[in-house]
Amino acid sequence: MSLKQTVVLSGKGGAGKTTLTATLAKLLKNKIIVDADVDAADMFILMKPKIEKKEKFKGKPVAKINQQQCIKCGKCMDLCRFDAINLVEGDYKINEYMCDGCTLCDIACPVDAIDMLPQIVGEWYKSKTNWGDMVHAKLYPGAENSGNLVTMVKHQAKLIAEDKNIGHLLIDGPPGIGCPVNSSLSGAHYAILVTEPTQSGLHDLKRIFEVSKHFDLDNFLVINKYDINNEMTGKILEFAEKKDMKLLGKIPFDKRIVNAQVNLQTPVDLQNNKELKKIFNEIFKKFMENIKGE
Amino acid sequence: MKIAVASGKGGTGKTTVSVLLYEYLDNYTYVDMDVEEPNGGIFVKPNIERREDFNKKVPDINENICTFCGKCADNCPYNALSIMEKAEKTLFFEDLCMSCGVCSYVCPVEDAIVEKNKKIGVINYGKGFKKSKEIDFIEGILDVGEPSGVPIINKINKKLDNDKKYILDAPPGTTCPTVATIEKVDYVVLVTEPTPFGINDLKLTLEVVEELKKPHGLVVNKDDRDNDLIEKFLQKHNIDMLGSIPYDEDFARSYSKGESLLNSSERIKNSVVEIIKNLRKTNKEL
Repeated sequence: MSLKQTVVLSGKGGAGKTTLTATLAKLLKNKIIVDADVDAADMFILMKPKIEKKEKFKGKPVAKINQQQCIKCGKCMDLCRFDAINLVEGDYKINEYMCDGCTLCDIACPVDAIDMLPQIVGEWYKSKTNWGDMVHAKLYPGAENSGNLVTMVKHQAKLIAEDKNIGHLLIDGPPGIGCPVNSSLSGAHYAILVTEPTQSGLHDLKRIFEVSKHFDLDNFLVINKYDINNEMTGKILEFAEKKDMKLLGKIPFDKRIVNAQVNLQTPVDLQNNKELKKIFNEIFKKFMENIKGE
Repeated sequence: MKIAVASGKGGTGKTTVSVLLYEYLDNYTYVDMDVEEPNGGIFVKPNIERREDFNKKVPDINENICTFCGKCADNCPYNALSIMEKAEKTLFFEDLCMSCGVCSYVCPVEDAIVEKNKKIGVINYGKGFKKSKEIDFIEGILDVGEPSGVPIINKINKKLDNDKKYILDAPPGTTCPTVATIEKVDYVVLVTEPTPFGINDLKLTLEVVEELKKPHGLVVNKDDRDNDLIEKFLQKHNIDMLGSIPYDEDFARSYSKGESLLNSSERIKNSVVEIIKNLRKTNKEL
């Protein structure tokens, strides 16, 4: 069985990616749960993983100037493209937040006063949940762009999938359209784009679609809070039709969905809530019908 | 005076709070630093008066004089170059290039690598709905397909005048783009919502803001006071409360249509007055 990868994305943050992914994670069998939003990972809140293995993640190195050796020529500061070197009271100092680890200063320093020091920028975890294996990570605050850690998390999930003959990676994607999003989409087969009927939601949906269409995959659409602006929902549906995105379902604005999260639950865990359960079950069913036989 | 509006989690209301502050305060320029998904313009509705392409420098290898020694590829920290010595071919992966300049610096053959410009986005300057006489809206937009908006953020930062007043709508997350945005500001308004996701991401952002030693305060958005998550958070963290914005249906409707947020409802306006009052306690020059 070949491994299928589904990524849930939205461009705009807060559209409902994690809630939808966690819900699908509870409905889908034979999968590994992957939280690729390593920058602000929230899946663990709903999946309550038990961490079985934890490893440090090395990012790009950061330059360090040895002040005793430095002859204050300023070449490093002139060359640095990241504005990461400043003259502070007569000494050239590296701003670690700005340093991209490119090594140009190290290469150019005439007296070899600069070293590149390895950096631990985060950690990743292999965990067990009640709904299957989960791979997730935490990037330390202030660290570099997180594409490499996303790639690592997905790679680890793939290894487990091969080992255990699991057929599906279900991936909670990062917001935005940059490098981490590309890393989450690389190798994926299906993208579920979550949006809300606001101008911002539509604007960001268009941008994330532009990214996603460069990958050879099927795009699906879920409209969250669809009833807060029916006119905008109509515009989103028009856009989806034009771009051949299949609609999986529309979720109404319902305070109980927020309350479920406050109680660390997904909408399908709610008691006495047939209509919400039905909506999420339908989304799942429709998704499965569409990917069946592929 | 530069105020950044930040939150780890997307969708908590960074743009909402930025727009409300921009609407309420005089003489502030709205700066949209969320270059991957800039949404401020939807509300500020600027007349864009100037557009500047933003270019990154990428290497242009002249294969006629290149000796295919491979030094550039060996030193490229982003694996954006590959040299096939036998086939006398060079391969350049533009998306991976971060314009660090290492390749052209290490190249032993004069002019074998020159740098050319590649457009990766645009910076727009305009006048927003407040009909001010000067530019009071700046936004960076990253081209779709480009990996990093940080260079655009840094460029906008350089364009800002230390004597003027700015509200910076920050990108979500807690990494490079956020740090690049808040590194040079005087104050950070943190925005959260009373949900477990909101609180978790607030904690992460707070770590960044504290590490950068930036004065900061908290605004709770969509605050309908039906849980105690914020109270619990405040018991453990010593943070200035600036105020909260209630969940309001009129407001949500105005938001979804891109209409004026400040005038959407009386409750919203009152909450903004309260936030400004608290902001002024620590920021005399506001």
